[in-house]
Amino acid sequence: MNNNNLYNYILGIADNTLILGQRLGELCGHGPALETDIALTNIALDLFGQTRNYFQYAALLVGDGKAEDDVAYMRTERNYFNVLLVEQPNTHFGYVMGRQFLFDVYHLLLLEGLQNSSDITLAAIADKGIKEVTYHKRFSGDWMKRLGDGTAESRQKMQEAIDDLWRYTDELFQLTKADKAMIYEGIGVDVSNFKEAYYQEVSEILNEATITVPENKYFTSGGKKGIHTEHMGYILADLQYMQRTYPNMKW
Amino acid sequence: MTENEIKNLEEIFEARIARDEKIEPKDWMPEKYRKSNIRQISQHAHSEVVGMLPEGNWITRAPSLRRKVALLAKVQDEAGHGLYLYSAAETLGISREEMYEQLHSGKAKYSSIFNYPAVTWADMGTIGWLVDGAAIINQVALCSTSFGPYARAMVRICKEESFHQRQGYEILLTLCRGTQEQKAMAQDALNRWWWPSLMMFGPIDAESPNTEQSMKWKLKRKTNDELRQQFIDQTVPQAEILGITIPDPDLKWNEEKKQYDFGEIDWDEFWQVVKGHGPCNKERMDARVSAWEEGNWVRDAAMAYAEKQHDKKLKDVG
Repeated sequence: MNNNNLYNYILGIADNTLILGQRLGELCGHGPALETDIALTNIALDLFGQTRNYFQYAALLVGDGKAEDDVAYMRTERNYFNVLLVEQPNTHFGYVMGRQFLFDVYHLLLLEGLQNSSDITLAAIADKGIKEVTYHKRFSGDWMKRLGDGTAESRQKMQEAIDDLWRYTDELFQLTKADKAMIYEGIGVDVSNFKEAYYQEVSEILNEATITVPENKYFTSGGKKGIHTEHMGYILADLQYMQRTYPNMKW
Repeated sequence: MTENEIKNLEEIFEARIARDEKIEPKDWMPEKYRKSNIRQISQHAHSEVVGMLPEGNWITRAPSLRRKVALLAKVQDEAGHGLYLYSAAETLGISREEMYEQLHSGKAKYSSIFNYPAVTWADMGTIGWLVDGAAIINQVALCSTSFGPYARAMVRICKEESFHQRQGYEILLTLCRGTQEQKAMAQDALNRWWWPSLMMFGPIDAESPNTEQSMKWKLKRKTNDELRQQFIDQTVPQAEILGITIPDPDLKWNEEKKQYDFGEIDWDEFWQVVKGHGPCNKERMDARVSAWEEGNWVRDAAMAYAEKQHDKKLKDVG
């Protein structure tokens, strides 16, 4: 492959949408109401749609007759580069929405940058994704307010989720080697540039939702380098089950 | 209302049914008709919602991204069907909460087919092909049911269901054209789902307690046995195309009747599952009840927030 950095850069984006989609996929039929099941399924469908576009492109870069599923399914854990935030479990609905919200605000900023990429394929995927992610952010932001400013119990649960998930937010803005190379080439987005905008926007919505913005200054990272939380192996065990059990078959 | 007035209304109602007019929620209807409709529509809605579970169980494990997306979309459609159907039932004066309560307490039934486990990927194909196939046969008949909101919901649902059925069949076609292992997986799934699918049409006519009244009111347009026969006749050639064998040694074309003869259905198994003792009855109910109970605080929060917003608006206006 002549552009390893571009390939890894794409994985760094698409593994987030893949793994978050997997997490949302676990919920279908188990949510608090049919309406939220439908909405979260919609979000999962958008995320998998984006994932497919990215991986189809990544597969082309690999060449050798590889296809999207080879990229999606056939890597070892250390070669998945999603952030730790998206692999966190569906502990309760507050965690589901908190994870979504903390990711969506970042995701939209990323895609807004990526639509100006000099790589026209990535720019086109970003352009399409912006419409979807704008909706995701509105949905999860509205739920922050509902749960934060709903009942005493819901505020406590939402606060708990935000407190727990907060330590995974800093990783969103760390740059990998592939990121730096792609920024240099005008293809990648320098996510470190919008860190401040991110925390400002998140804080505004949390304030409105009467949730206290955590003051925790200790953060955890590693996903972007392929060092994941212990949850990741189980996610991959599900994801890869069929492909690993029955290799080289068409489905 | 006097007895005579009621009798008069009943006559008008029966005449409307006879003329194939649709009955709308605000129209007068006999209490038994209302109850029958609530029973049937809510049972159907519950089936959609419980039916999300065996397939939802495979979303994270779907073997390709294309299949994963299709399966998610399918399960989402089922949630959507549940919504329209609950709404149709609500027009008859019952709330969604009450219907859920009936489901959770075991008072309301749902289709027994969802009490069977979906254990391999081939089950995703087979559920689409056989279970949705059987559902469509039941449901096409319901597109002309006499209660307007139900009939209209069914028209939309049928379109989506036939898409699901083709999607399921296509999963199986891919397996049957694949490796020996894949074909064996398809055959195994057919072996497990065939008889439960035939049971989806309910007991034989002679033992179906609600059929007669339901036919009279045009809630139902064909009997259980007629629908079951139609399903078998349509499905056998499809199995032949797949090249897998229907697990019924008595299945045979009857040239005289121009239909298939088939073996005895195990009605003991049918009643066991209906009465709550199938392989997954408990798991399905536990999953629904825990989704509902664990979602309580979320629904309460949404209500409380909506009220606060409403009060704020009033205050701003005032």
